[in-house]
Amino acid sequence: MSYATVIPEFVLRQSFIELDARARAQSLMDPGSWRELVGPFDRIESPWLPEQGIAPQFDDGCVVLKGAIAGKATVVIALEGGFQAGSMGEVSGAKMAAALDLATRDSQNGKKTVAVLLLETGGVRLQEANLGLNAIAEVMASILALRQHAPVITVIAGTVGCFGGMALAAGLSSYIVMTPEARLGLNGPEVIEQESGIEEFDSSDRALIWAINGGEQRVAMGVADELVLDDAQKIAAIVRSHVEAGLPAVHRSQQVDLYRERIRALDTSRQIDPLTLRETWGGKTTVSKTRKGVTR
Amino acid sequence: MSIQVGLRGKAWFEALTGKNSPMAGDPDSVLTADVKIGEDTARFLCVVPNPQARFPCARRGEVGLEEAYTLAARVNEVIEQNTSADKQPISARPIIAIVDVKSQAYGRREETAAIFLACATAAEAYASARMKGHPVITLVVGQAISGGFLTHGYQANRILAFDDSDVVIHAMHKEAAARITLRTVAELDRLGHEIAPLSYDVRDYAKLGLLHKLLHVEDPDKPAQATVTQVQKELIDAVADARAGSTDLGNRLTSKAARETRKASVAARAHIEEQWMKA
Repeated sequence: MSYATVIPEFVLRQSFIELDARARAQSLMDPGSWRELVGPFDRIESPWLPEQGIAPQFDDGCVVLKGAIAGKATVVIALEGGFQAGSMGEVSGAKMAAALDLATRDSQNGKKTVAVLLLETGGVRLQEANLGLNAIAEVMASILALRQHAPVITVIAGTVGCFGGMALAAGLSSYIVMTPEARLGLNGPEVIEQESGIEEFDSSDRALIWAINGGEQRVAMGVADELVLDDAQKIAAIVRSHVEAGLPAVHRSQQVDLYRERIRALDTSRQIDPLTLRETWGGKTTVSKTRKGVTR
Repeated sequence: MSIQVGLRGKAWFEALTGKNSPMAGDPDSVLTADVKIGEDTARFLCVVPNPQARFPCARRGEVGLEEAYTLAARVNEVIEQNTSADKQPISARPIIAIVDVKSQAYGRREETAAIFLACATAAEAYASARMKGHPVITLVVGQAISGGFLTHGYQANRILAFDDSDVVIHAMHKEAAARITLRTVAELDRLGHEIAPLSYDVRDYAKLGLLHKLLHVEDPDKPAQATVTQVQKELIDAVADARAGSTDLGNRLTSKAARETRKASVAARAHIEEQWMKA
């Protein structure tokens, strides 16, 4: 009997979440196809953190790999959740926007280039405040420019999740892939509790947080596309299938009338049960041609 | 600080358009009007407080679900009119966002119903208009904070702001930012004077190179006719300037102030490009 038959699959599984941003990005690309751009040895770091007594990082928490996935030109841009909670600073934002803009330029010149964003981020890096917020606005503009030519695929694996302004960037993506550990939302639970009170949101209630922001819910209600277990091989396969699928017929963020009607139909006199949105919104909205439901 | 965020926005919307009601079917919190400005009929949009809003966390001038989808729909409408009736991008109608938003709506209903997607649709509408040749001009008359600004205003190709102590453009309001970065408000104020991107002062914001122009206006809380005429002229100039420039956000990197303050952005972009060409 071979090991494969006696050792359960979950034991052999290579976790994606346990990888750092660089290893995550590498694990998605065709072996030997990629090169890192402006890596740690280039030492392009935040000029604002040292002034505030905070240690910067040589890559500013943003890893850019140019290479191929399924033989197609692709740039993978990964935010490192372990550095300043993956927050967007001036430099990390400029790296991401620049890579997206170059993918657009190559696409316009006939070399269609896909972007994959690995988003583990709390949003704006408050120590760089206004330059972080503008960086996100520029990243959003760059995503929209590239999306006219090639898909932008967002992967949110966890454990930081994707919050703040970067949730808007995720919302503009062609496809969103999430694990059950991942969360996606504009305002994190702590921020809502702080701004609107604990009656509005108890940020210590983990079940509530995942019921609203968790990957399973986001995919089931149709605002994300693929739910995949924390398995590096499976995530790579899902990303590959979306690279190959190309652009969706219509992007979710263009379906304004549909969602406007859905918001109109909500009973706002009480909190909304997330499960009801799985029934009323789920399944029918996703325009992805490659939708296969949960990939286990 | 303004007594209530959004009131100044409403005052300026009324002063510039002569109108003060939403379009048919829209919530009371989003004002939209088509008004002649110079040679163009521009579409003006403004988010204002709506104490009767269906969503309880979006009653004080925040950008919530209804506001975001309404903005998206009303901006997309202008783009659709352009492509059906008028194929000349040069005469694409200007879109003017009057901004006085305290933030996005911080509520559980909003998160449950995926407010991130709502905000994305509005930002996309503004950006699409810009990319299709519509001059998109943002006029910050009060607050422009966080996700509220990302949704309504930050995709414009020209941003104007009043040079006034009640104008605040920032990633997060001061009290919350202090709590999250474990600083006192006084400390944040002190740091803001030393580190431009942290500042809550619009004059420091102007040093970042993201603004097209800082406008010096008399008594912005009560727009007088002369001031309104002055602001109209600035909007017309900004429209002309936007039409003469590119449809991306490149001017935020090439402005004189940006070349000074955003050196790290310029360097990071140049290095990425250099290595991209070799990879």
